[in-house]
Amino acid sequence: MQTPILDYLWLIPLLPLLGSAINGLFGKGWPNKIVNSVAIGSTGLSFFLALEAVREFFAQGQQFVHKEYFDWILIPGFFRAGFDLQMDQLTVVMVLVVTGVGWLIHIYATGYMAHEGGYYRFFSYLNLFMFFMLILVLAANYVLLFVGWEGVGLSSYLLIGFYFLKKSASDAGKKAFIVNRIGDFGFMLGMFLLFRSFHAADNTVISLDFQTIFHAASNPAWGHEGWGQFGTMTIACLLLFMGATGKSAQLPLYVWLPDAMEGPTPVSALIHAATMVTAGVYVVARSHVLFTHSDTAMLVVAVVGCATAFFAATIGLVQTDIKRVLAYSTVSQLGYMFLACGVGAFSAGIFHLMTHAFFKALLFLAAGSVIHAMGGEQDMRHMGGLGKKIRYTYMTMLTATLAIAGIPFFAGFFSKDAILFAAFQSPASGRVLYAFGLLTALLTAFYMFRLIFLTFGGAPRYDEHHVHVHESPWSMLGPLVVLAVLSIIGGWFAIPAVFAGGPDYFAGFLAQVFGGGEVADAAGDMSAHHLELILAGVAVVAALAGMATAYWLYLRQPQKPEQLAKSMQPVYKTLLNKYWVDELYNAIVVAPLVWFSRQILWRSVDVGVIDGTVNGVASGLTGVGDGVRHTQSGNTRSYAVWVVVGAIVIIAVIFFWPSAKTLSGMVQP
Amino acid sequence: MVPTSYYVILSAVLFGLGVIAFLFKRNIISLFMSIELMLNAVNLAFVAFSQAKGGNLDGQVFVLFVIIVAAAEAAVGLGIIILIARNRRSLNVERVDLLKL
Repeated sequence: MQTPILDYLWLIPLLPLLGSAINGLFGKGWPNKIVNSVAIGSTGLSFFLALEAVREFFAQGQQFVHKEYFDWILIPGFFRAGFDLQMDQLTVVMVLVVTGVGWLIHIYATGYMAHEGGYYRFFSYLNLFMFFMLILVLAANYVLLFVGWEGVGLSSYLLIGFYFLKKSASDAGKKAFIVNRIGDFGFMLGMFLLFRSFHAADNTVISLDFQTIFHAASNPAWGHEGWGQFGTMTIACLLLFMGATGKSAQLPLYVWLPDAMEGPTPVSALIHAATMVTAGVYVVARSHVLFTHSDTAMLVVAVVGCATAFFAATIGLVQTDIKRVLAYSTVSQLGYMFLACGVGAFSAGIFHLMTHAFFKALLFLAAGSVIHAMGGEQDMRHMGGLGKKIRYTYMTMLTATLAIAGIPFFAGFFSKDAILFAAFQSPASGRVLYAFGLLTALLTAFYMFRLIFLTFGGAPRYDEHHVHVHESPWSMLGPLVVLAVLSIIGGWFAIPAVFAGGPDYFAGFLAQVFGGGEVADAAGDMSAHHLELILAGVAVVAALAGMATAYWLYLRQPQKPEQLAKSMQPVYKTLLNKYWVDELYNAIVVAPLVWFSRQILWRSVDVGVIDGTVNGVASGLTGVGDGVRHTQSGNTRSYAVWVVVGAIVIIAVIFFWPSAKTLSGMVQP
Repeated sequence: MVPTSYYVILSAVLFGLGVIAFLFKRNIISLFMSIELMLNAVNLAFVAFSQAKGGNLDGQVFVLFVIIVAAAEAAVGLGIIILIARNRRSLNVERVDLLKL
């Protein structure tokens, strides 16, 4: 059977790279139209190639596809890492999300960035990001995945610091990069540990290919590691998860994501909401074979995810910058995904990843449209009453909000429901996780509707004479509408058995990847169905409660929130200052490091030792020169004295130093 | 026949006298003469070793070379000395210290 694109999978990531290179190298003098067509064309083509590849993948019966293109690192008989791409059900979901959402955001960006300087640079970076992200999801081994992993970190750094003249933006870029590096350090150690121990146990393991590693891991010699047992698997998984916490902004490495909002809004939508930050979830899901070997690792993933979800949601309650609210919401939703992975419901995690990509990208893009309409204003306290003026933005953003809040039949409802259900059923302290998850759902509904009511509802709080609110052009609204449709229907892929009567299509599709690793789905079990219905009902009640509270506080009694903040001053202050985590990190990590660099490395080592050595050699030689200079008297006879003395010394050496005699040939050796 | 060591000792003594004269005389002409003395001391040693080796002519040839070079050197050197004498009205070597750095 002909499968042209599956044979040439490398075309999918290559196109954005080409686009990036063309725009980056030649785009400087080009008009925006040409830069647009290169950027949108390359990602669009990549999206259609991905669609075709997926069609072929289905046409050939969903067989696992693995292509080796060339060797990158090859030590025969010991290690191989190649440019190998693969396609399975998980890749299908990821590739479609990345190219599809990525393409829409590219289109949106042509409208949003139209009046910005460095237009070509922006699209060059954005395409570069697409390239690395596609490498990340298509890679067939950990090493190549890590290339994509680092690459998206790089593009993220470049794009956060896009307005590099603004100090806060370039600082945020550096912060993101450095915090990510901390996680990447763990990721690398995890890879090394995996290879070392698997190779030691079985010397036919000579690569870090997913297939090889997972096959080796299924060897019964790698037993199950129970709670509190720190074997190879547990440690390797925890190290990989450390990388994931960095990339996916989980506790304790989440601090970079809110600051990353300094970047242009399309960047926040693409990188810091829809795709890059989900890479950690993807890695955990991809490595499910390893994670399911260790109870400890799974519980850590679940607890960290759950804690992050709750923690970030509480901060989101009081933020006033529209993009910061969304940033904390992203951190919180990523926590949900990890919660799902941690309780063994990998397909639910990936499902939430997909729906989240739709509605969170939409939320960011709509927020960008609001900011655009307000002429750059991001503070929600200076908005209000925009609903009538920018209708399309309002409608689409409301759709996304309904989706994220978990209102029935929107995408987020199904995915959140699946995660909460899985958490509830989990034997490892599932009820506690569920309780926090539910509470988070309530908070999510509250802060999202707070955002909607503050922005679009009530009376205008801006100066109507100076700000001319205007709807965005269609290049921006088009993607909003498409994403709004996806935010509604995106969840219907996985309508649980309990509603549709049939099997959950999405879970069934991914089951071929996750297989036995999944927690047994209780499909067909009537009591579980009842339970699921009850839990779904509870979740909906929680969402509605959050929504109603927001309505009451921000539309009915607009003076109430302030009174509330006053009456709960300490709590409010803590949340507003984000639990002082940044300050804490500054005090315990940054400040000592700066002190150490300044006092020890700079003042002592650099100035004292390194400069001291160089300057010491120089001044020493000057001194010697000063001394020796006096022998150059210009007096011929003193030179003659030196000649005589030299001759005497040489003769003396030749006579009294035996080996010198042989050297000079006076004695036959 | 005179033993070779006599020649060598005489040569060493002459060379030593040349060196001492070179170090302690002030007149440039005297310096020049002491250089000649050293060269001829060496010549004597060459000739003596040539004879001691039983007629090997290498030493003799070397002596001829030394004499030629010494003649050339004397020509150049005396030219320099005449110029110094004209310019400075003195042949005291201590006053010729332009080689100072």
